[in-house]
Amino acid sequence: MRKSALIALTAGTLAVAAAGVYYFLRPGMLPQNNATPQLSASTQLINKGEYLARVGDCIACHTQPNGVPFAGGRAMVTPFGALYVPNITPDDETGMGLWTSDEFYRTMHSGISRKGELLYPAMPYPQYTQVTREDSDAIYAYLMSIPPVKQKNREHELGFPYNKRDILVGWRTLYFKEGEFKPDPKQSMEWNRGAYLVKGLGHCAMCHTAVNALGGSSEAKAFEGGMIPNQNWYAPSLTSNREAGLGNWTIREITDLLQSGVSHRGTVYGPMAEVVFNSLQYMTDEDAKAMAVYLKALPQKDNSPPPTSKARLISPETMELGRKVYVAQCAMCHSEDGRGQPPAYPPLAGNQSITMETPVNSIRMVLNGGYPPGTKKNPRPHGMPPFSHILNDEEVAAVTTYIRVAWGNTGTPVNAKQVNDLRTLLPE
Amino acid sequence: MRFLAAPWLGAIFLFAVFPATAQTRAPDAVPAFKTLDSVEARVQGCVTCHGQQGQGTANGYFPRIAGKPAGYLYNQLIAFRNGTRHYPPMNYLVAYLPDPYLKEMAEHFAAQKPAYSVQERPALSAAVVARGQMLVTAGDPKKGLPACIACHSANLMGTEPGIPGLAGLRPAYVVGQLTRWKVGERRAAEPDCMKRIANRLTDEDITAVAGYLALQTPATNASPEPSNLVRMPFACGSQR
Repeated sequence: MRKSALIALTAGTLAVAAAGVYYFLRPGMLPQNNATPQLSASTQLINKGEYLARVGDCIACHTQPNGVPFAGGRAMVTPFGALYVPNITPDDETGMGLWTSDEFYRTMHSGISRKGELLYPAMPYPQYTQVTREDSDAIYAYLMSIPPVKQKNREHELGFPYNKRDILVGWRTLYFKEGEFKPDPKQSMEWNRGAYLVKGLGHCAMCHTAVNALGGSSEAKAFEGGMIPNQNWYAPSLTSNREAGLGNWTIREITDLLQSGVSHRGTVYGPMAEVVFNSLQYMTDEDAKAMAVYLKALPQKDNSPPPTSKARLISPETMELGRKVYVAQCAMCHSEDGRGQPPAYPPLAGNQSITMETPVNSIRMVLNGGYPPGTKKNPRPHGMPPFSHILNDEEVAAVTTYIRVAWGNTGTPVNAKQVNDLRTLLPE
Repeated sequence: MRFLAAPWLGAIFLFAVFPATAQTRAPDAVPAFKTLDSVEARVQGCVTCHGQQGQGTANGYFPRIAGKPAGYLYNQLIAFRNGTRHYPPMNYLVAYLPDPYLKEMAEHFAAQKPAYSVQERPALSAAVVARGQMLVTAGDPKKGLPACIACHSANLMGTEPGIPGLAGLRPAYVVGQLTRWKVGERRAAEPDCMKRIANRLTDEDITAVAGYLALQTPATNASPEPSNLVRMPFACGSQR
């Protein structure tokens, strides 16, 4: 009896002890490691390069419509003939597989190919020259990491004398200034970062600076706006408050426009929609803000005086026709007072892109409509329908005139001939 | 839309807008919507050509898109965006729109069931009508041509997910598309069944088919055929 009780007691004690041991030593869940995993140096470099390649929008030109990214082949139509953009995937035979980072940097910085040929400035090396060696190496590392694609480069189709690369020696003397970006110590870190991105990888000057008959642009006219060759869209001046000067925009309005494609002041369409879609929507908030700070601080200079009242003279009939068309077709979205419903539908009252000297963009929008790009921050943009099949040249001219002068807007009238010239172009 | 938050305000606004336009233009092709944050408002970019509900407009070349299978409409939007279907006004409009958004637009118009607009009935000879009817309803075995309805369904509403309805399409559009297929300007996913068919059609056949289709009174409130009931006479890439 006593012996069995002792055994039971011992067994009970042992069971309790075992349960205790199990309780304290039970495996449970693996402790969570909340620290972000440390990426290897090469991974970090490739990630950085991917980001910078997006800022530089390499994919836009180096990819054929519906083609494999970076495999080249896209035709760049210029007034001098067609250029075919090369394959920059790391294929040893047809791409950049055998390139070294030195050779890649020389191309970015000096506009000289691996074989030592001078590049046509369709490649924005006059801007990329500002890119640091460090950033160039990161882009190189990224491009070496993407899948190689075997696709032979197509020969350019340029007329004489433009097919002779030697003429580029002269062009470079006139228009190419080699040199990495030099920060301005008088400005903030943020301004300098913005300046580096806008002037370098962003290559904004490529469109927003007028190009002359030789395909060159002068530094004195930087960001003063210009017609985009062969696209027939006007890239507005970034330095004039009468165009797309951003002096009186808030930083938030500028970053919204760059990253999401829409803002409370305006919306991007056409070639700028492509830039936002392929490139700017991927910018970090910090970089977008830095660009905005730099763009807003660009010195504002209006080279042309505001239009005289004589230039703004409009017949009452035109104004009335324009108003009728506006009320019937446009007011639903842009509202009768022209304030729009931003950011879904941009305001037309006080919108610089509508009142600027050239009416090309406004006419094109009325004719062809347009959707802003679908972006990470605005994946389901509102869009505008085409009116080219509904309104005749007089009606388009009248309604464009109306929005350029109504609500205190300071634009000039548009005539039917200007509309007709743009009607014959295919929308793009 | 913020300043039209109250529906009755919107009604007053619309009332104010429409009288000015009603005389010359069909109001169903003029931009109009109730809520700013809605699919309806987002597809206003489509309405001047395809109508508010996708019913089509006065211009015969712009097709009715309402009630077509969502898969078909989505495939077309993707093809326009990627440039594999070529029509510059559409290529331009959807160039920078992401897949999920195009899918949403396709589903929106697939779900619409607006009334059919009154068709202009083409004046055709009895022989042309007979040829058209034969091709649409029975095909031409001598040329290896299956009937249109074998894939596009007996009520011409199409078949899920990728075969479009033909009901309510006007001759200008049907002739345009079949001709473009024949010359290789329009393609579908491989295997491209419509290419095989277009290759077997003469220009006269195309006119007859388009004319006969325009004479049909479309079924109201009908939907595309479910895919599990239809065995395609030709293999179609869009039906996989």
